Order: sequence, then structure tokens, then C-alpha cells
Amino acid sequence: MVTADAVWEALAEIPDPEIPVISLVDLGVIRSVDVSRDQVRVEFTPTFLGCPALEVMRDAMAARIGELGADAQIDVISDDSWSTDRITPEGREKLRACGFAPPAPREVGGPQLVQLQSNAFRCPYCGSQDTTLENIFGPTPCRSVRYCRSCKQPFEQFKTI
Amino acid sequence: MSERSDRLLELADDELILGWRNSEWTGIAPFLEEDVAFSSIAQNEIGHARALYELAAADLGTTADELAFDREPSEYRSAPLVEQRRMDWAHTIARHYLYETADEIRLAALKESDDAEVAGLAAKMDREEQYHRLHARMWADRLRDEPRFREALDELWPFALGVLPPEQRATLAERVDLTETQAVERNGPSDELRALLEEMTIVRRSVPGAAW
Repeated sequence: MVTADAVWEALAEIPDPEIPVISLVDLGVIRSVDVSRDQVRVEFTPTFLGCPALEVMRDAMAARIGELGADAQIDVISDDSWSTDRITPEGREKLRACGFAPPAPREVGGPQLVQLQSNAFRCPYCGSQDTTLENIFGPTPCRSVRYCRSCKQPFEQFKTI
Repeated sequence: MSERSDRLLELADDELILGWRNSEWTGIAPFLEEDVAFSSIAQNEIGHARALYELAAADLGTTADELAFDREPSEYRSAPLVEQRRMDWAHTIARHYLYETADEIRLAALKESDDAEVAGLAAKMDREEQYHRLHARMWADRLRDEPRFREALDELWPFALGVLPPEQRATLAERVDLTETQAVERNGPSDELRALLEEMTIVRRSVPGAAW
């Protein structure tokens, strides 16, 4: 019989389709796993509602759970229970190591332009805080574009939501 | 149709149609940063539309795709503000600023809803919309003294009021510092919406029933 731990381990091997260095478990998008006999129910929260990787993630989870010999039911929960604060410390380090600045902690009241334009954000390549906001929006809904004046490198910043 | 699904469709149609309009800047915005910004905002709005259509579809016994693409033009409930094809920057930013400000008021009310599904989704949408509002306000501040932008705001203002139910309009007037006037209400499809739907559904209609 499948155990919840085995399901969590299996889900921890599924990479994010757009940022494959980080797994779905690192990303914090798995809200719960319930096992009853050979039925596995996973509650899954999308990062951004318009994320085109949603179906890919859902299908990958169902396939992986199927390989464990169980039937998967993946419920997409569209409420605000996911925020970037749910990305694990390991996930943050993996993001930084491959050139994505991890999201700043979420503050009450949400993001402010003055804060985004400040030098509170560190370059993932050289560690300098001499960075500027180039664009609130980036190549996917979850990223902004910044530029490091110290090492002259543009980089992507995971948006805080 | 219940009042709930009615209201969900209004919202979903606004987000879908504005998302489509925003995507019309993809590839041709005045500069690259705005090309990326409007494309990303469009993607978010269409994502919101999908989630809203899914809620409505569960009530109505249909699917999100069928609601988005297979209805008759007369069945869409979008506000006239989002239906307009405005391919100049002053009007685009004026609409963006007015719509995002109106949407903030509408979402704040929905977050307090007794309906847990609607309140939860509104809270999720609002987190993403914060970035749209930052972007819209940054541009509104930058263009504030430009006559073309002021004219565009004045022209679109009655349409912006029509996005919200009457009880929320005074708050919008206060937030954008304009005087409440006669709103342009949701009142059937404009010619511009008909043309948009024709274009938006052409691929889907080309092979009815296909799985994409």
C-alpha cells in the first residue's frame, strides 16, 4: 500500500516545468496529500492563475502517483493559500544558485514600487545590492527583471506574492 | 442562471476581453519593456478569467472553454470599457489605470464575500493584481500632466464607472480624483466586441469539437 511519505518523496522529484532546478515540493505548491487505500488525493495551489505550466504539473503528479500503483485525484485549489513565503529554504537556495534571485519575504500590505526600486535586492551572481528594477514584468508571470550595476549582469527576480 | 454565475461571468468576461486587448500590444508596444509588461498582464488577466469561468461552469454544468469561446456575442457581459480597441498609448494607459483601480475596489468587496470559493479566488487574484496596479500607477504618474493622457482619462471615465456596480462608483471617483457622472452601463455587445470574438474564436470554430 502507498504511504503519504512515499507520495511526498515522489512529488519532490517532479521539477517545475519552467524552472526545472526546483521541485514542486520546494515550490510549496502541494498543500496536502491524503492517502486512503489506493486512492491519493493531492491539493495543489497554482503559483499564478495564468501559469501555462498548470496542466503539465497536474499531469506529471498524476502520472508519478500512478507509477506508485495508486489512483490520483489532483484538486487545484484557487485561493490565496499559496504565497512565495511557502517556497522552502532549499528551494530558495536552488533558485539563487541558478541565477534567479529568490522572492523577498511577503510583507503586510503587499509590494510597493519604492521598495522594488530600492536596493533591497541582491544580485544572485555577485551578491551586490547595487541592483535596479528594469521591469516589474518578466518572461513568466512570476518573475521581474533587474540589473546588477556591480557585475553588469541582468537577472530575474522571483516576484513576491 | 443564478445571481452568482451572472456576477462571475461579468468579471470573467471583463478579464478575458481586457486580457485580449492587452495582448494586442504583444510585439508592437512602444518599447520592449512594455511589450513584456502588457503581454504578462494579459496572461494574468486571461488566467483570472479561466479560474472565474471554472467556478461559473461548475454551477452551470458546462466548461470554462465553452463559456469563454462558444457563447453568442449577445451572451457576453463585459463592460464597454474593455471592449474598445484602443491602439494608442494615452488611451491604453488611461484604460489600464482606470480599470485596475476599479478592479481593486471590486476585488476588495469580493474578498469579504460569504461565498468562500469566491472570496478565496478574489484574494488570489488580488495578489497578482497588485503588480498591475503598481505598473498602472507608475504610468499614470508619469503621464499625469500630458494633455493627451488627460483627454483620454476624461473620455474613458464614464466607461470606467460602468465596470462597477452603482454602490462602488463613488469610491472609484474618489480614488482617481474625477467627478462621478452618468456611467456607460453593460448593455449588449458593441461592434468592437463582435469583431474581437470573431477573431478570438476563429481557430476553435475551424475544427469544432477538436481537443487542443
